[in-house]
Amino acid sequence: MNHARTHAPRHLEVSRLTCLRGEREIFADLTFQAEPGTALLLRGANGAGKTSLLLCLAGFLHIHEGTIAWQGRDPEQRPGEDMHFVGHQSAVKPGLSVNENLDFWACLNGGSTKNTMSALEAAGIGHAAHLDAALLSAGQTRRLALARLLVVPRPIWLLDEPTAALDAAGDKWIAGLIDDHLDQGGLVIAATHLDLALKPGDRLNTLTLGGDK
Amino acid sequence: MSAFTALLVRELKLATRASGDVLTLILFFVMVGTITPFAIGPDKVLLARLAPGIIWIAAFLASLLAMDRLFRADHEDGSLLAMRHAALSMEAITLAKLIAHWLTTAVPLIIATPLMAVMLNMDMTIFWRTIVSLALGTPALTAFGAVGAAVTVSLRRGGLIAPVLIMPLSIPILIFGVSAINANAGPGAEMAAMLFLGGISLVATAFVPFAAALALKLTQE
Repeated sequence: MNHARTHAPRHLEVSRLTCLRGEREIFADLTFQAEPGTALLLRGANGAGKTSLLLCLAGFLHIHEGTIAWQGRDPEQRPGEDMHFVGHQSAVKPGLSVNENLDFWACLNGGSTKNTMSALEAAGIGHAAHLDAALLSAGQTRRLALARLLVVPRPIWLLDEPTAALDAAGDKWIAGLIDDHLDQGGLVIAATHLDLALKPGDRLNTLTLGGDK
Repeated sequence: MSAFTALLVRELKLATRASGDVLTLILFFVMVGTITPFAIGPDKVLLARLAPGIIWIAAFLASLLAMDRLFRADHEDGSLLAMRHAALSMEAITLAKLIAHWLTTAVPLIIATPLMAVMLNMDMTIFWRTIVSLALGTPALTAFGAVGAAVTVSLRRGGLIAPVLIMPLSIPILIFGVSAINANAGPGAEMAAMLFLGGISLVATAFVPFAAALALKLTQE
């Protein structure tokens, strides 16, 4: 998949971020930055707050203290329209066919349906395009969820365990996707346990959460 | 296809493909009308007098039955979260879902009303007034239901709490809905009630998308 347009650069600066969910403190005083064209991998034990951090960055969680500053955003655009969030849940609807699912997300995210077939081919589920999405396996459902990244190009990707349920070929596909995205000046923040086999270069940073607990 | 139409089409597809849901609703609605003559006896005059009330009670209960599926499935599979980054505001998304929900839950009830009319011994004037009052009043029922559904979407037993929340809001709709049908309410009374019903529906449809969208954003924390 080659998108003609390179992404508008987005910088992320997070300073002294504290996240509370309920009464429990998930993480405190978190400061980091991310540059366009780089990937930030979030590491940490289960429950260290990787998902909570992604939800904060996506704008879904109330920020208790600290700031999250995205630079380079179009002030005319609503915040969030420049990012893709793919979480644990696939947002895939049984009852709609595979390509209807993807067509829907393409239209809803402001794109067109002309890319959906090639995105499904790239995701390795092109042969199942006309099947009911309920028939897909866990890995195929995951691939369909990730195909959303391809149909509407957006500079910021927030991925929560993108390789969960995927086979070895799937892991490779994700690594390739992220590589291409970084080549185009995109920004990727991903919570993952696996080492992504990215192209060599100084563009992979790691942030470990909950290290001292 | 624009984002709004795409969402509308998706909702309609999902509702019509799971056609069991729509049938359950119609069956429930018609069943209330069917069992009433057996419960209160074959007094035709009494039945005709009670008919407006029975129809509105059945419509209200049927709308409660359908309300929970407005947001819950989308919340549970993560669609609602992903929609937060759509090219459409949450308010517009809520409005599209409301319209689709009304088309797939209230319109079938209006279509099933002739069956109720036969069971409840309505004459033609009353029957037509019933159709019009349902068409005018059900958008408000759907809209208030959406607020209840949005507030309780993340609660596991939200289906129990939401009806309690929206019952007080729905009472005016029942009052005006029934008096719009009643023949002996006085001259001009049924027209006034129709206008009130239409007014409530317009105000509810205008404000509810904002309220429900806010509720959805807060409950997803």
